[in-house]
Amino acid sequence: MFKLIENRPLVPNLHMLRVEAPEVARSVQPGQFVIVRVEEDGERIPLSVADWDSEQGTITLIYMTIGATTHRLSRLPAGDGLPTVAGPLGNAMEIDHFGSVVCVGGCYGIGSIYPIARALREIGNTVTIIIEARSSYLLYWQEKLKQVSDRLIVITRDGSGGLKGHIDNLPAIIERLPQRPQRVIANGCNFLMMRASEQTRPLAIPTIVSLNTLMIDGTGMCGVCRVTVDDTVKFACVDGPHFDGHKVDWAELNKRRQAYLREETIPLRSSAGTAEQ
Amino acid sequence: MAETAPKKLDLQRRPMPKQEPEVRSQNFDEVALGYTPELAMEEARRCLMCKRPQCVPHCPVEVDIPGFIHCIAEGDFSGGVRILKGKNALPSICGRVCPQEEQCEGSCVLAKRGGTIAIGRLERFLGDWASAQEQQSIDLPTPTGKRVAVIGGGPAGLTVAADLVQLGHEVVIYEALHKMGGVLVYGIPEFRLPKKTVETEVDYLRRLGVEMKPDYIVGKTRTIDSLLEEFDAVFVGAGAGLPWFSEMPGNNLNGVYSANEYLTRINLMKGFSFPKTITPVREHQRVAVIGGGNVAMDCARSALRLGARSTILYRRSRDELPARLEEVENAEEEGVEFSFLTLPTRCVGDDNGWVKGLECIRMELGEPDASGRRSPMPVEGSEYFLPFDAVIHAIGNSPNPLIPATTPDIEIGRKGNIVADEATGKTSKPRVWAGGDVVTGAATVILAMGAGRKAARSIHEYLSNPGSEW
Ligand SMILES: Cc1cc2nc3c(=O)[nH]c(=O)nc-3n(C[C@H](O)[C@H](O)[C@H](O)COP(=O)(O)OP(=O)(O)OC[C@H]3O[C@@H](n4cnc5c(N)ncnc54)[C@H](O)[C@@H]3O)c2cc1C
Ligand SMILES: Cc1cc2nc3c(=O)[nH]c(=O)nc-3n(C[C@H](O)[C@H](O)[C@H](O)COP(=O)(O)OP(=O)(O)OC[C@H]3O[C@@H](n4cnc5c(N)ncnc54)[C@H](O)[C@@H]3O)c2cc1C
Ligand code: SF4
Ligand code: SF4
Ligand code: FES
Repeated sequence: MFKLIENRPLVPNLHMLRVEAPEVARSVQPGQFVIVRVEEDGERIPLSVADWDSEQGTITLIYMTIGATTHRLSRLPAGDGLPTVAGPLGNAMEIDHFGSVVCVGGCYGIGSIYPIARALREIGNTVTIIIEARSSYLLYWQEKLKQVSDRLIVITRDGSGGLKGHIDNLPAIIERLPQRPQRVIANGCNFLMMRASEQTRPLAIPTIVSLNTLMIDGTGMCGVCRVTVDDTVKFACVDGPHFDGHKVDWAELNKRRQAYLREETIPLRSSAGTAEQ
Repeated sequence: MAETAPKKLDLQRRPMPKQEPEVRSQNFDEVALGYTPELAMEEARRCLMCKRPQCVPHCPVEVDIPGFIHCIAEGDFSGGVRILKGKNALPSICGRVCPQEEQCEGSCVLAKRGGTIAIGRLERFLGDWASAQEQQSIDLPTPTGKRVAVIGGGPAGLTVAADLVQLGHEVVIYEALHKMGGVLVYGIPEFRLPKKTVETEVDYLRRLGVEMKPDYIVGKTRTIDSLLEEFDAVFVGAGAGLPWFSEMPGNNLNGVYSANEYLTRINLMKGFSFPKTITPVREHQRVAVIGGGNVAMDCARSALRLGARSTILYRRSRDELPARLEEVENAEEEGVEFSFLTLPTRCVGDDNGWVKGLECIRMELGEPDASGRRSPMPVEGSEYFLPFDAVIHAIGNSPNPLIPATTPDIEIGRKGNIVADEATGKTSKPRVWAGGDVVTGAATVILAMGAGRKAARSIHEYLSNPGSEW
C-alpha cells in the first residue's frame, strides 16, 4: 500500500495528492507519469508526477475529478493507502540548452509543467510559463511557478486574472516576448495542446505535447495508447507521452480518447450515489 | 489400497467432466471440471508403467510420469505430489495448459489402444488435490546469505524463485503489473485457468519465503545495473508482451484491439464483472479475431461469453491452426465461427471513428514450403467485406524493449529477444540470466518453466562457487 500523506481539493474539480512512493520519488524525472489504482479490482489510470521529494520519498499528483476512478480517489482521506502507484513511466521530457522556452499549462498541466520548467531553468534556459483557465479561481501554484520561471503569464477566458483570452492568443504573447522561443512545451488537456500546436505551426516553433491517451498497463503491453505521429503508430506510454505536436493526428487521438465515453459513465452513476454531481 | 487391480486392462480413456457448451458459453467459470479421485484412479490404472516410457522424454521438464501415475493408481496422492513437484513446481497450471497432445501424451504408447493416458488431467488432479490439503509446514533450508532478483512474475520467474528459495537463497520477484502470474493472470482466461489456481501457487511461493514486489517496472523504477549492486544475481523472465498488429490501414479505429488489451481488460482487470468492476469493457455484437493460435481461441471464446457473435479469421485452413486441438474443439462446440483461408486487408470505419467491418481477400494454399507448411496465397479478385464492430489482433507478441533499452550491455537478438545460453540461461552480461518468452519469443508455459529450472540450476552453481568464470 502506498500511503496518502495529503489529498485535498486545490480548486474546483482539481485535487492535489501527496503520496508515499519512495522508489518512484528516487528515480522520477520531469515529464514522467505513474499508474495509480485506487482500490482492489480498480482501474489503472495514468497521472503525471507534478512534484516529488526524494528524501521524504513522496510524490505529488494533481488530478482532475472527471470519472469513476478520480472521484473515488478524491474521497480517500490522508492515512489511507493506494494499492498501486507504479512508475515512473514514460520518457522524461527532453531537457537541453534550448535558449528560450515557453511552457504552457492548463488544468492538471499547470501542475505537471512545474518540474519541466524547473529543470529547464536550472540548466540556464530562459523560461516563460503561460497558464490558462476559464477563470482565475481555477488557477493554482502561481507562487511556485514564479519561482521556476523568468516570467509567468496568466490567461483567463473571463478576464478575471491576467490577460483576457485563451490559448489561441499564443502568437500575440510570443510576439511580445523579448526573445523568440526556440521551443514550446504544452501540458494539459488534449484540446489545449492541440490548439497550442496549431498556433505555433505557422511560427515554425517546435512544440512538444504530452499526450493524454487511454492507458491500461503503461508498459507497452496492451497497445490501447496507440497514437499516430508523423504517419507512424506509436505507443504513448513507452514511445511518449511527449511528441511533436505538429505531427500528431489529433482527430484520431480525440476519437480514441472518447472510446469508452458510454461505459465510463456507468460505474460513475452506480457508485452508490456517492459521486459528486 | 484394499482393492485388487482388475485383471484385464480397461482401455478406455476416461473423459473429464465439462460444463455443457450451451451453459459454459454464457459464463466465465472453468470449462473442464476435473477428475474425481475415483476417475483419476481409474484413469491411472490404465497406464502400463512402461520401463522405458515414451512419454517422459517428451515432457520439457521430464516429469516422472509413470512414477506419479503409479501413486495415483495406488491412491497414494501425497506420494504422487512429491514426485510431481520434484520436477514441476506448478502442476495445477501445466495440467491445464500444456499442449499435451504434442508433448507427453503425444508419445504415449497407448495411442492406438483406447487412447493415450490423460497425463495432463492426472497432473491437474494431483496439483488441485495438493492445494486443497491442510497446509503442511514447510522445512526451509539454512539461508545462504545470497540474494537473487527475479524480473517478471510469469511461469519462468516463478520457477526460478521456487527453485532458488528452496536452496536457501533469498529471492525477490519484481513484477510490472499489480498481480503475479504473467500471462497466466492477464492473458489466459478464467474459463481455462482459474485465477484462484494461479493465486494458490503464488501463495505457496510466498510461504516459502519469496518476497514479491508488484507494480515495479525494472528499467523504469530501477535498472538492472542498480539491482546488481544489491543482489548477487539477476534473472530476467520478462516475457514477450509487446503486441503485434497486422499491417493494414484502419488499425487505430475504435473497436480494434490487440489480444493483450482485450484479454487484460477481461482477465486482469476483471472486466467480465463490469460494471461491478470499473475498467470498462464494451459490449460488441460481432467480433472478428485475426489469428489461429491459443491466443486467438481465448479471445474468440471470451467475446462469445460477453454476448457477441464471434468469428476467427485465419489465412490457412483448419489443419494448420496452431492452437491446441482441445481448445479448437471447445471453441467450435461453444459456437465460435471459423472463416478459414481469409486474410483481412483493411479495417473499415464509420464516421465516428469506430470500426464497422473488414475488407478481406480469399486465400488458397500453395505447395508446401521449406518448413513443410503450405503457404497461403491470395486469390486475385476475391476481395469481399465482412461486417464487424470489433476486431482483435491475435497474431503474436515479441519481447518488450523496455529492459534491452535500459540495459545497454546485454546482447539482444534480431527479434528483440534477450540472447541467453540454452543450457544455462546465462546472458552476455555477467551475473544476469534470462529465460522464457523473453529469450525464445512467445512459446509455452512449460518451456518457460523449463528455462527457469535450468537457469536456477546455473545460478545456484554460480552462487555456490563464487569467483567462477562467467
Ligand atoms: C501520460 C498521462 C498523464 C496524465 N496525467 C494526468 C494528470 O496529471 N492529472 C489528471 O487529472 N489527468 C491526467 N491524465 C488523464 C487521466 O489519466 C484521466 O483523466 C483519468 O484516467 C480519468 O479517469 P476516471 O476513471 O476518473 O475517468 P474516466 O471514467 O476514465 O473518464 C470519464 C470520461 O471523461 C473523459 N475524459 C477523461 N479524461 C479526460 C480529459 N483529460 N480530457 C477530456 N476528457 C476526458 C473520458 O473520455 C471519459 O469518457 C493523464 C493521462 C495520461 C495518458
Ligand atoms: C492468451 C494466451 C494464451 C496462452 N495459452 C497457452 C496455453 O494454453 N498453453 C501454453 O503452454 N502456453 C500458452 N500461452 C503462452 C504462455 O502463456 C507463455 O509462453 C508463458 O506465459 C511465458 O512465460 P514467461 O514467464 O516467459 O513470461 P510471461 O508469462 O509473459 O511473464 C512475464 C512477466 O514479466 C513482467 N514484466 C515484463 N517486463 C517487466 C519489467 N520490465 N519489470 C518487471 N516485470 C516485467 C510481465 O508483466 C509479466 O508478468 C498463452 C499465451 C497467451 C498470451
Ligand atoms: S508438465 Fe506438461 S508436458 Fe510435462 S508431463 Fe506435465 S502436462 Fe505433460
Ligand atoms: S507412455 Fe503412456 S502408458 Fe507408458 S508410462 Fe507413459 S503414460 Fe504410461
Ligand atoms: S498503456 Fe498499454 S501499451 Fe501503452
